[in-house]
Amino acid sequence: MEQRQYKTVGKSIRKKDSMQLLLGKPVYTQDVVPGNALVVKLLRSPHPNAIVREINTVAAKKVPNVVDIYTWEDVPQTRFAIAGQTYPEPSPYDRLIIDRHVRFVGDVVAIIAAETEQAAEKAKKLIKVKYDLLEPVLDFRKAKDNATLVHPEEDWFPPCEVGGDNQRNLVASGQEEHGDVDGVLASCDIVLDRTYHTKAFNQAMMETFRTYTDLDRYGRLHVVSSTQIVFHARRILSRALGIPKSRIRVEKPRIGGGFGAKQTAVCEVYPAFVTLKTGRPAMLIYSREESQIAGSPRHEMEIRVRLGASKDGKIRVLDLYTLSNSGAYGEHGPTTVGLTGHKSIPLYTGSLEAFRFGYDVVYTNLQAAGAYRGYGATQGIFALETTVNELAEQLGMDPTVLRDRNMVKEGMVMPAYYGEVANACALDRCMAHCRDMFGWEEKYPVRDMGNGKVRCAGVAMAMQGSCISSLDVGSATVKLSDDGTYNLIIGAADMGTGCDTILAQMVAECMDCSVDDVAVFGADTDVSPYDSGSYASSTTYITGKAVEKACTDLKKQICAIAAQMMGCAEEEVVFESTRVRRVNTDQTVSLQDISYKAQLFNDQVAQATATHTSPVSPPPYMVGMVEIELDKLTGQVTILDFMAVVDCGIPINPALARIQTEGGLVQGIGHTLMENVTYDAKGRPMESSFLQYKLPTRLDMGKLRVEFEHSYEPTGPFGAKSIGEIVINTPAPAIAHAVYRATGVWHRELPITPEKVAMTKPE
Amino acid sequence: MEIKLTLNGRTVTDHIDPGLLLIDFLRDHGCLSVKRGCETSNCGLCTVLMDGKPILSCSMLAARADGHSIQTLEGLQEEAADFVGFIADQGADQCGFCNPGFVMNTIALLREIPNPTDDEIRAYLAGNLCRCSGYDGQLRGIRSYLNSRKG
Repeated sequence: MEQRQYKTVGKSIRKKDSMQLLLGKPVYTQDVVPGNALVVKLLRSPHPNAIVREINTVAAKKVPNVVDIYTWEDVPQTRFAIAGQTYPEPSPYDRLIIDRHVRFVGDVVAIIAAETEQAAEKAKKLIKVKYDLLEPVLDFRKAKDNATLVHPEEDWFPPCEVGGDNQRNLVASGQEEHGDVDGVLASCDIVLDRTYHTKAFNQAMMETFRTYTDLDRYGRLHVVSSTQIVFHARRILSRALGIPKSRIRVEKPRIGGGFGAKQTAVCEVYPAFVTLKTGRPAMLIYSREESQIAGSPRHEMEIRVRLGASKDGKIRVLDLYTLSNSGAYGEHGPTTVGLTGHKSIPLYTGSLEAFRFGYDVVYTNLQAAGAYRGYGATQGIFALETTVNELAEQLGMDPTVLRDRNMVKEGMVMPAYYGEVANACALDRCMAHCRDMFGWEEKYPVRDMGNGKVRCAGVAMAMQGSCISSLDVGSATVKLSDDGTYNLIIGAADMGTGCDTILAQMVAECMDCSVDDVAVFGADTDVSPYDSGSYASSTTYITGKAVEKACTDLKKQICAIAAQMMGCAEEEVVFESTRVRRVNTDQTVSLQDISYKAQLFNDQVAQATATHTSPVSPPPYMVGMVEIELDKLTGQVTILDFMAVVDCGIPINPALARIQTEGGLVQGIGHTLMENVTYDAKGRPMESSFLQYKLPTRLDMGKLRVEFEHSYEPTGPFGAKSIGEIVINTPAPAIAHAVYRATGVWHRELPITPEKVAMTKPE
Repeated sequence: MEIKLTLNGRTVTDHIDPGLLLIDFLRDHGCLSVKRGCETSNCGLCTVLMDGKPILSCSMLAARADGHSIQTLEGLQEEAADFVGFIADQGADQCGFCNPGFVMNTIALLREIPNPTDDEIRAYLAGNLCRCSGYDGQLRGIRSYLNSRKG
């Protein structure tokens, strides 16, 4: 591994906005917009599949302070997708702002604009709707080629060819194969064929979806939204509303969490439509219930794994088939499913002779899914890692040793990962480190505590990507400010992750200055250089590289101005942090004087914008080990110790990387043990509030331990890969493994609740 | 109806709708640190102090604050600044949306139990949800503040 010394990169620097956030300053959407906005509320369908036969708003419109009410008859008839993805999106254009055909419990039936919340709520109750009820598709296993079509409409349109067909309830489908899968399977000593089920877990970020809109001083639509994707949101609004992108400006203030939920323009179109209709400022804030039932959660999936191995523990072949439930609309459906295979199978590159990966993504009359941290990899890794643990148990092998023999190692070509080379891969070191620190030898054996409780351990590996290769784009502008400090302007969105600070650390490293001398601004479509947005774990890796490039250009510009000041050629000067020196002389000019000169009788720019994209998406890797205590009587699983060792390349800010890891682990623990998503027989969601949807509290996660194994990724900024998503992937398979050790039962459906643990007997 | 209360040390008199929740009253009076995270008293984001005790302002009518003293983070900046830097050093502020409620409850904790154990901290703050940090960083921050006080 390359060893490099950095001044600012690799340091645990406070987030630049920390004290503002911790002292409760008004920095979020609802805090920063004027208070005179119309209150926007949405009437939602109580039925999973119905046609609005008649809608009567006369009485509702008479409520004092109600400004207007809009129904399907009032909106443009151009279908669009709200997924935040680079154009042309893989997600089908299957939405209208309000569709006469409502497709899930929670689908929008009417938009109410009122002066007050009370008036809007009252009006909502007075709207009279008559529905023609249709048979819903509620079981995603029966959706493909079902007689009921979720999207029978003729103007359904996929901008990309992804194997979708609305006449078959298919959002997407596909298959790939490498090697002779059936041949190898037939020659294996042991073949495991297992099916797993994961749910539509909710991001449950603390700030629900919300958007403010007004017309700016030029009469353009101005949108302030809690979004990860300002540029995609602008394009989505343009298509949905039928106005040019040039007439729209989207900005984001601080964001109260996203985790992918806000990579979809869930609520932007509604207030925007109201503002265009009324000319007035409008604000829509989703209730927690709306965020739970009409948000953009994880795709529910059923994954079948066939694993073939030799009896000495060589994993020779993997065959994965994923059925993904996209719900009522197709956002992120064609792409999330890909990660179930592409970000799980390559973990076993070490020994794999053949693999196959097929999938179908189906429409149902349930809440539409979207992007959630892990983005399919989480589901695929739960399935594959649990199967590998079962193989180890059947072979009587230590599951960490089994993985040592089969895992991907540095320098290997990964056929199941687009043929990319594992440039930087410390997965083997992560495993060794985790085994030591965790105390695997002591904790793996099942220990009866003598009080009806047993203790034992489980393990899992994970990978993710660092961007969407050959597709997404990051940009950064760095400019010299008056006093010799810098401004960094980005289009990526810090949603609490700390990317503003991490990117400022990179500027500080490049320009040899303090992080305090870098002021960060992001993100605003009128001001920021184009950036796909903050998703796919890409901000550090992609936008970070753009920052590095921009700094290189800016340095050249500064040297050019300095050379002119010193009356010499550009090649004769050297940049030295706070000054530029003429080589082999004592002649220098200070950065501050250069910045003044840049403003005086000057025709040389001191501002650089750079753009970056990557043909590869280097995976971060990690190992997670968990020790649990399981109460055999009640089925209660208590996490005692969760140890994670992560290879994210070079961590730019170790404190923030550690917090990312801890936060991801706890979300993963929540999905594994307590967060559930169920529907009643009429397709109504049961976990519509935090009373039923149980997030982990600080009493639920035991002791977390996080360590890093560095690798150096040559294509990343300062050797960095990514960390944002991978960290959610190990808890489910590791905990499921430990529960098996304690009970003899493999739980192949999440969450693994105490009821299931207590009620399920070994096969 | 008319209510009169002390808000961050100032006397405030206002005509309110009897159904107005305290959280909305507080935000209307410029206390924008007070956040709503749910509608079911589950998240702790809206925690403020009434007569020095932590309460959930989303689950109380503003009318019930009549004659009482309410403090929000706007009124306790110095007391908060004393320890929140230690949480910032851990990077545990993250998105920040849960911070005001969590910080208010931590103020109440430190007033009530000046030298809490880790378990006491976890138990006291159990009602303050955070989806970003995984909680341990917040605990480390409070712990390092307590250690610095001893030092």
